[in-house]
Amino acid sequence: MIYVWAFVVGGLICLVGQLLMDVGRLTPAHAMTVLVVSGAILDGLNLYDPLIRLAGAGATVPITSFGHALTHGALMEARQHGIVGVITGIFEVTSAGISSAIVFSFLAALLFKPKG
Amino acid sequence: MVKQHRPPRPLVRNAVRAFAVGGLVCDLGQWIQSLYMRWGGFDREAAANPTAATLVFAAVLLTGLGVYDRFAQWAGAGLAVPVTGFANAMSASAIEARSEGLVLGVGANMFKMAGPVIVFGVVAAFFVALIRAVLPRLIG
Repeated sequence: MIYVWAFVVGGLICLVGQLLMDVGRLTPAHAMTVLVVSGAILDGLNLYDPLIRLAGAGATVPITSFGHALTHGALMEARQHGIVGVITGIFEVTSAGISSAIVFSFLAALLFKPKG
Repeated sequence: MVKQHRPPRPLVRNAVRAFAVGGLVCDLGQWIQSLYMRWGGFDREAAANPTAATLVFAAVLLTGLGVYDRFAQWAGAGLAVPVTGFANAMSASAIEARSEGLVLGVGANMFKMAGPVIVFGVVAAFFVALIRAVLPRLIG
């Protein structure tokens, strides 16, 4: 059942991205930015975690989960250390996606030649 | 006038492709996540991290081989919105800039396309978390 929800929710988030570009006529960069900010706001409203419980990777794989994780880390730290935590906690949860993307992209730049 | 000269976009076709491919990528992520949960000793929440890293690795590899961008052109947002699209943007920029050197090329250009997502994500998260942290105190 989780695979059905992951497909539907993940597909719908991508569909929103496509509509932002096609109907909203945003550039891909603008569309991704809108999605990330939406994820951050949804987490602030406590709406993103229920979505993850429902759809699993359908909610954690799209870029909206990046915004969710940023807010989540900041809120976690803020609960423990007060207002300062809002700054110190932002990258606490999201490190996996970013650090792996940096390391692998760097290695790829060493290994691969640009393709036409 | 301007409107007439814009080429019409195949709205429905793009939407179906984005939905189907995006859904499949998420199901792939779900499957990888289940492997980490079964064999890696991760609980459900923690397993999302190695899953993201695995998808990123696959996307960077496919980008280097020149495959990702060809599929991404077909799938649109279906391959741009998942974390694999983020990895594709970063690795494509990095590979592209290799000839300009490691520091000024790869280092300086890696975030050229992915940068906006990080900047706006962090700034939005800051304000959302700030409001969430301060509001309860104000209301008491």
